[in-house]
Amino acid sequence: MSHARGGGLKSWLTTTDHKRIGLLYFWTALAFFLIGGIEALFIRVQLAQPNSHVVSAETYNQLFTMHGTTMVFLALMPLGASFFNYMVPLQIGARDVAFPRLNAFSYWVFLFGGLLLNASWFAGPLFHAGMLNVAPDGGWFGYANLTERQYSPGPNIDFWLLGLQILGISSLAAGFNFIVTILNMRAPGMKMMRLPAFTWMTLVTQFLIITAFPVITVGLAFLMFDRFFGTHFYVREAGATPLLWQHLFWLFGHPEVYILILPAMGVVSDVLPTFSRKPLFGYTVVVYSGVLIGLMSWGVWSHHMFAVGLGPIADSVFAATTMLIAVPTGVKIFNWIATLWGGDIRGTTALHFAVGFIAMFIIGGLSGVTHASPPADLQQTDTYYVVAHIHYVFFGGTIFGLFAGIYYWWPKMSGRLLDERLGKIHFWLQFIGMNLAFFPMHLIGLLGMPRRVYTYAPELGVGALNLVSTTGAFLIALSILIFLVNLWRSRTHGQPAPNDPWGGATLEWSVSSPPPVYNFSVIPTVTSRLPRWRTERHGPMQDPPATPPEPIHVPGGSWWPMVAAFALPVLALAPLTQTLWIAFAGVALLITGVYGWAFEPFEV
Amino acid sequence: MSAHTSMGLDNRKMAFWAFIGSECLLFGSLISTYLVYKGKSVVGPYPPEILNIPFTSVSTFDLLMSSLMMVLALAAVQRGDLKWGKIWLFSTALLGLVFLGGQVLEFTEFVHKGLTIGTNLFGCTFFVLTGTHGAHVTVGVLWLLTLWVRALQGKLGRANAMTVEITGLYWHFVDVVWIVIFTVVYLIQ
Repeated sequence: MSHARGGGLKSWLTTTDHKRIGLLYFWTALAFFLIGGIEALFIRVQLAQPNSHVVSAETYNQLFTMHGTTMVFLALMPLGASFFNYMVPLQIGARDVAFPRLNAFSYWVFLFGGLLLNASWFAGPLFHAGMLNVAPDGGWFGYANLTERQYSPGPNIDFWLLGLQILGISSLAAGFNFIVTILNMRAPGMKMMRLPAFTWMTLVTQFLIITAFPVITVGLAFLMFDRFFGTHFYVREAGATPLLWQHLFWLFGHPEVYILILPAMGVVSDVLPTFSRKPLFGYTVVVYSGVLIGLMSWGVWSHHMFAVGLGPIADSVFAATTMLIAVPTGVKIFNWIATLWGGDIRGTTALHFAVGFIAMFIIGGLSGVTHASPPADLQQTDTYYVVAHIHYVFFGGTIFGLFAGIYYWWPKMSGRLLDERLGKIHFWLQFIGMNLAFFPMHLIGLLGMPRRVYTYAPELGVGALNLVSTTGAFLIALSILIFLVNLWRSRTHGQPAPNDPWGGATLEWSVSSPPPVYNFSVIPTVTSRLPRWRTERHGPMQDPPATPPEPIHVPGGSWWPMVAAFALPVLALAPLTQTLWIAFAGVALLITGVYGWAFEPFEV
Repeated sequence: MSAHTSMGLDNRKMAFWAFIGSECLLFGSLISTYLVYKGKSVVGPYPPEILNIPFTSVSTFDLLMSSLMMVLALAAVQRGDLKWGKIWLFSTALLGLVFLGGQVLEFTEFVHKGLTIGTNLFGCTFFVLTGTHGAHVTVGVLWLLTLWVRALQGKLGRANAMTVEITGLYWHFVDVVWIVIFTVVYLIQ
């Protein structure tokens, strides 16, 4: 029953309901997104004019490192996770994920890992340094051997590597959970090739996560041993090669790029059909392209390393695979456009963002193909051209896609519609803002401005372009502000959302907004890929009754996932503060959490 | 727990297979690093001066036998034979402990011979790789002993066979990883 969800802090802290965990992910990721955005604004203020001294070089290094790390691991991935959590069980016709407590564990680990990383801003006094002095400063890619103790003696890199280790555990746990959920918890008749495209892309993403994260875990573990226990994994004098780090990092890093973009592609593949009133064009091809992108993402990592000089054979192979991966991506783009073609288009905010995604992602994709060629890449490496590229893919791509998802699904998640007029103002400001902010970076880069350097000389002639870029960044900030107002206003002023405000084809629209705690009063039986639409062979399904015909068991809450998750930051504090007893306390807490969890009576 | 599932496979078992897949990448990265850095140490001691193949062969045999015990434990629990279930579970854990004891002895001897984790690249890669494996064995032993205690309390019946089966999956995986490590590190020098 919907009134059975109860309020109160305790019910949220112990929740194992995928919908509540999805909301927790949403708010937490939004908060980190704002923090990462403020960091970006500081960067843009510093770069607005040549020879500027708004922040010092040291602070600047921390700002761009934390901006990248925060956006990738604390904003975009968890915003995607918010939709995995909320939508996947609804889309497959399940009452929850396969392992509700593991799901809660993933969230708490993510929260604690994010807090640990961000605590570094204020932790200076603990390490006899000022505030804003010990945040990670080695770039989000943390290249060894710059990150070795010899060159980075402070705790900055320690915060980074321990924080990322913790966040990796969160993603891995969620990965196993969602793979099993999607493969094993589908409603009767929900065959794999009837899954909504978003759920399919979620599945591919989870496979990438469980295969890519162990690799970075090992890379980070080596760095940890080097920094704390005197090993030489990345120490040149001992015969090691710092290239090992680059290989391990990018072996993870390139699948990670697709971990960030595939969920957005999934959202767009769900939003476009709804607002064109047409099935997704070439569903099967879109799904297989997604799977192919996932597989191929494992074979392109060295294109991040063309400047290293791996030799003509390696460079050629990776250039070829990189150009090749553009093919399935291009296939998807054509399918999205063909979905719109001839459709009965309704220009909602969600559709604006989905179409914006296609346009911006094409630009980002094209500049991506330009660095697939090693000679061109050598000109572009470490310049703002690359910064322009990644922002077109992550901002123009992932963030636009996720906003399409927010405008599409927020009514389902909150029970209130967002204001369409504010939404469109948000869209246009963000669209113009991002092009002002990131398009000039292509030129700035080609004119020779290196990235990650805190200032530049007026003679370089990029002052005006940088000012434009900074203006764009503030426009983006304004657009986000409008979004926040919209989100806030919707709580009281938003129109109550019916079950299906958009006429969607997928199962999440067959239940109330927000859905009851048990999701489906009766588990639906699925007979087609578009269960709620009339197709040539099928009539629309009947929505489940509003009240369950028989009582439904709903799993209770549990404290243990949070206890076990809390052990991880405690364990990380031991090396940070070089205190042995904290390590023992962490282990004791972990064992308590795990055993409490294992022996607690809990019926799924 | 073992309600109807779309693929007909228990949820926990499927999750465990995914976990094992993930672990393959973890050990794969560690083993690859060992191979990449093979022969790159700039100071000794080098592997042939240190590695004691006969000794490690014995502990490898010990670990292999523990897998046999694990199979017997699962079979006993599946047929509801709690008495032999207890015996085999304990034997599995015991052989695991013997393996860990062997690793402690081995590590101590290596340190006496001048190879620590910080001596050279061989030391770094060897200790981190085999140490990670040892940590996995330790977790496995704790898990097995937990099941054994549950069995002593009479709480490990046929209904828990899936739990034992998953423990077995983990244990066999850790065993297989050791076979690879033993081959790559010890036998092929």
